[in-house]
Amino acid sequence: MTTHAQSPAGPTLVPDGTGHFGDFGGRFMPEALMAALDELTVAWQDAMADPAFTAEFETMLREYAGTPSLLYEARKLSEVAGARILLKREDLNHTGAHKIRNVLGQALLTKRMGKSRVIAETGAGQHGVASATAAAYLDLECVVYMGEVDTQRQALNVARMKLLGAEVVAVKSGSRTLKDAINEALREWVASVDHTAYLFGTAAGPHPFPSLVRSFVRGIGDEARLQCLDLTGALPDAVTACVGGGSNAIGLFAGFVDDPSVRIVGFEAGGDGVDSGRHAATIHAGEVGVLHGARTYVLQDEDGQTVESHSISAGLDYPGVGPEHAHLAASGRATYLPVTDTEAMEAFSLLARTEGIIPAIESAHAIAGTMRLAREMPGATIVVNLSGRGDKDMGTAMEWFDLGEDRGERLAPDATDATVGEPR
Amino acid sequence: MSAVERAFDAARSEGRAALVGYLPAGFPSVDGSIEALKVMVDAGCDVIEIGLPYSDPVMDGPTIQAAAQQALEQGVRTADVLRVVEAVASTGVATVVMTYWNPVERYGVDRFAADLAAAGGSGLITPDLTPDEAGPWLAASEAHDLDRVFLVAPSSTPERIGYTVEHCRGFVYAAAVMGVTGARTSTSDLAAPLVSRTKAATKLPVGVGIGVSNGDQAAEVAGYADGVIVGSAFVRVVLDARGDTDRALTGLRTLTEDLASGVRRG
Repeated sequence: MTTHAQSPAGPTLVPDGTGHFGDFGGRFMPEALMAALDELTVAWQDAMADPAFTAEFETMLREYAGTPSLLYEARKLSEVAGARILLKREDLNHTGAHKIRNVLGQALLTKRMGKSRVIAETGAGQHGVASATAAAYLDLECVVYMGEVDTQRQALNVARMKLLGAEVVAVKSGSRTLKDAINEALREWVASVDHTAYLFGTAAGPHPFPSLVRSFVRGIGDEARLQCLDLTGALPDAVTACVGGGSNAIGLFAGFVDDPSVRIVGFEAGGDGVDSGRHAATIHAGEVGVLHGARTYVLQDEDGQTVESHSISAGLDYPGVGPEHAHLAASGRATYLPVTDTEAMEAFSLLARTEGIIPAIESAHAIAGTMRLAREMPGATIVVNLSGRGDKDMGTAMEWFDLGEDRGERLAPDATDATVGEPR
Repeated sequence: MSAVERAFDAARSEGRAALVGYLPAGFPSVDGSIEALKVMVDAGCDVIEIGLPYSDPVMDGPTIQAAAQQALEQGVRTADVLRVVEAVASTGVATVVMTYWNPVERYGVDRFAADLAAAGGSGLITPDLTPDEAGPWLAASEAHDLDRVFLVAPSSTPERIGYTVEHCRGFVYAAAVMGVTGARTSTSDLAAPLVSRTKAATKLPVGVGIGVSNGDQAAEVAGYADGVIVGSAFVRVVLDARGDTDRALTGLRTLTEDLASGVRRG
C-alpha cells in the first residue's frame, strides 16, 4: 500500500488563489506580514510540486514519526456502539498525536526556505512539544509562546519543550491562554519575519496556513481511505473527528470529502453544555467573524469582541475554527455537533475499559460523538480519528474520576451497560 | 477634500508636518477619554486617531494592549467609541478611528460607516485589513465619503505599496518599524526609505508611526514625513498617572506641546 496516494481532489477542497473557502478564509493580517505570507505561499506550492521534497517528507514520516498509523478495528467498542468502529491510531505516532505530521512538514519547508529559526504557539503544549521535537530533529532554533495560565496548568509539557531545547515564553496578555499565545507569536513574527518561520499549529489562520497545514496532515485521511478499502472492501459510511482549530479533522476529512456517500461529522467541545455559555462549540454556536487572520466562525459578543472558550480539553479550547471547516459546515458537506465535558470523560474511560486505549481527551470527544452517531446509523462502518493519546491528560482524569482515592467512583461501569451516548 | 486632508494641507502650508495623536476610546473611561483627547486637540494635535479597543490586538505592543484591556474591562462598547468620536470631532479637529476589523464587521460595515460619518468622523485606519479583503469597506467608504487609511510597511514590495496607496484616501500610514506599536528610544532607519518609496507612488500625505515619544524624535521624523503619528507615548502618560486625572491631563498637555514644537522644527 502506498502511504500517500491521494484521493481525487475535488473542487470543495480547493480554495481560490487568495485562500478563500467559499465565504470563509482569506488573509486579514497586517501589511507587514503580507510579503512573508506571499513568500511562504510560493515556497510551499513549489515544495509540494517537487518530488524530492515530498519524498523526503514521506521518508521522515515513515522512519521518524511512525506512519502510516494503524486503522484498528475496535471490536469491543463496536459491540457497545452497535456499529463497526475503526480507529485511526494517530495516538501511536511519535509524540503521541497527529501533530507531528504538521510540524515535520512545516519544519522541512522552513529549512528549504533557508530560515534557521521557528516560533510556535501552543495551548496545552502539544503543538509546542511537537514543534520543539521537529526543531531538534532538523536543527532549528525554536521559541514557543504559551499563555501563562497554560504554562502553570501544563508544567510537564513546558519541561518537555525545554528538554528538547526550545525556549518557552509565558504570555501574560489578555486571557493568558491559547488565543493570546497566537497573538503574541504573530507580534513576534512581525519583528523577526526575515529569518523566522511561524509553525502554525492548526488548519486556521491566514492564507496559506489552512491549506498548507491540510497538505501536511491529509495523510491521515488518505491512509485511512485505503486502509478501510483494504480491510472492509468498501468506503466507510461516516468519518468523524474532534474539532478545535481543526487540523486532525481536516486531515481525516480531506481523504473523504469527495466521496459523497461518506458522511462527515466533526465534534466540537461542548464544555458545560452549549446552553451554559461555557463551551468551545465555535461552528455550532458561534457567529461569522474575523479572528487570527481568517473569516470563520468565532465565539464573540455583540460588539465583535472574542469571548473566552471553555473545555476540559485544552486542545479544543479555542474560540475560532479553521475556515475550511466553516465552509464545509455552511455548504452542508459536513456536520458539526457539540460533545460535553461529561460525555467526553465517559468516553475516555469507556475506551480505556473496552479496548485498553487511553485516548487524549480531545479524541475522547470524537469517541463520544461517534457513539451517539452510531445509534442513528446502526451497523454502519465509522472511521474515527483517534488523534492523540491520553497520557498527558492523566492529571485531569485523576481529578475527574477521583482516582487519587481508593477507587474511581465516577468511572464508567462495565462496558456492557455503558451509558455513553444515551440521550441527555 | 476630507477634514484629514485639510489638516495635512494646513500643516504643509505652514511648512511643517502634521501631528497625529492617538488614544483608545474608553481609556481611562469614556468621559475621561473625551476630556483627554480634547486636551490633546487644544495643545496642538492636528489629527486625532481614536482607537476602538479590541480583545485581540495583534499589532499593538504592551502599552496599548494594557489600555485596550482596561477599557474593555470597564465595558466600553462600539457605540461608546462613536460617542467619543462625536465629542472630539465637534471641536472641529479631523478625527479618524483606528480599528481591527472584526468589530466593524460585527457592527455592520455600512452601518458603521454611516454612523461614523454621522458622528463627524473622517474615516478609518485598519491595521489588520488590507485592500485585498476590503471590498465592503471600499464600497461603504465611497458611499459615506470616508477616508480609508491602509498601512504600508518596510517589508511591502513596490507592487504592494502601489496597490495599497491606490486604495487609500486621506493619508497613507507608514508603519515604519517591523514590530508592534510602542515607544522606542531611537527611530528606525527603515522609516525614511519607506516614506520615500511611498511618496514615489502617491500624492497623498504619508504619516509615520514609529514609536515617537518626544519632540526631538518628532522633529527627526517630520524631516521626511508629512505626519508624525504618536500613540503609545500618550497612552503611557495616562497609565502612569494611575487614575490621577489632573496629572494625566497635565502630562498629556506637556507631551502634546513638546511634540507640536517638534513637528515645527523638522
